[in-house]
Amino acid sequence: MNTNSNVYTVIYTTIVCVVVAAILAFVSQSLKDRQEANEKAENISQILTAAQFGEKSSWTDNNTTINFYKENIDRALLVNAKGETVKVMDASKAEIYTVSDLKKQNYNVNGASGELEIPVYIFKNGVSVLPLYGAGLWGPVWGYVALENDLRTIKGAYFDHSSETPGLGGKIKDDPAFRGAFCGKQLNIGSERPFTIAKGAGSSNDGIDAISGATMTSKGVDAALVAWLNAYMPYIVANVNE
Amino acid sequence: MDAKLKETILNPLWKGNPISVLVLGICSSLAVTVELKGACVMALSVTIVTALSSLVCSLIRKTIPNRVRIIIQLVVVALMVILVDQVLKAFAYGVGKQLSVYIGLIITNCIVMGRIEAFALGNKPVASFLDGLFNGLGYGIILIVVGFFRELLGSGTLFGFDVLNRFGYVNNGLVILPPMALIFLGCLIWIQRAISKDLQEK
Repeated sequence: MNTNSNVYTVIYTTIVCVVVAAILAFVSQSLKDRQEANEKAENISQILTAAQFGEKSSWTDNNTTINFYKENIDRALLVNAKGETVKVMDASKAEIYTVSDLKKQNYNVNGASGELEIPVYIFKNGVSVLPLYGAGLWGPVWGYVALENDLRTIKGAYFDHSSETPGLGGKIKDDPAFRGAFCGKQLNIGSERPFTIAKGAGSSNDGIDAISGATMTSKGVDAALVAWLNAYMPYIVANVNE
Repeated sequence: MDAKLKETILNPLWKGNPISVLVLGICSSLAVTVELKGACVMALSVTIVTALSSLVCSLIRKTIPNRVRIIIQLVVVALMVILVDQVLKAFAYGVGKQLSVYIGLIITNCIVMGRIEAFALGNKPVASFLDGLFNGLGYGIILIVVGFFRELLGSGTLFGFDVLNRFGYVNNGLVILPPMALIFLGCLIWIQRAISKDLQEK
């Protein structure tokens, strides 16, 4: 058979593509549940790390992480733009907002006309964890800020990213000093800038220093933090010092 | 074992090592050798991808139209890479997340396409599979050796367990940076050529 004829080439490449596509579709579907469970456990471990329940590296096992979350969560709320609770998520199923849910809400946080529904995770020890999502230098950044019972003092924070430069912007995730700087700071409630990440802001009570060499990533995290904290502000104002 | 098969197996490990002799796959060897764990996973992934893609390409070598053979090879390699990525995401999420960018880049690793084009298209499936397997291993050995020294000297740990720090070792931050991997790699090439004099260029 002439394997170099045009007809043969076209038919051959078509068959190869169809077969490969079928294999990939099958594998993707059969591993989907497991991958989503991993992603959810990863998100929960980030929430727990932000709330200072342990170091990020201590949450390696999915079941341990999820069970710890279920035992310690008091309620997980969805709040709207007025700060009212619109829905209570099922804590017994460890229902949370994943990163893709946050991405959808990020449009509403930044002024799209959709219905704002953003989560607040309140733990039994009084700590509330608020997520945030925004754009870094190369791709999305997201994270969690944990507030003490007074909803003013920051208990801790954790950030993650998809493609920031390792060693520079990647420090938002990898450098414990960056997220450690949040601990004990206070939100400036009532201001348009409840918190600031910028050069020299570390000396004030409502800000921390940006990462040197990662200006754009720092600005991205700062913008995400300000936008999301402002979206939460009605809720915070209604419940502060509760 | 016949001589040709022995040559297929031993050559990639020493005299035809993909990294130290053929100087292929340098980019990824700089990027993933900061920690031993990452180096091991990358070594394993590349070995699986080269072995399986060589096998598949060798099986269909007589049917591939010559004019589109590179594209067909690319499709097969891409398939294997995505499969490895998906399996890591499902069964080793933490490592998969850490290596996600580099796993995707296995497809651009010259070793994979190089071995298919140079060996698998002209040889029987079993020999091609072994060729891919041992080229992957030859790549992996270098990665693991470099990863061993970089994690040990850069962080004082191995697989995340403290080794040197307990003796008061101060971490050398330079070793963590990619340029230092190149220096380690240079040292390995130097040592190899000092032992095998016939590898030295005139």
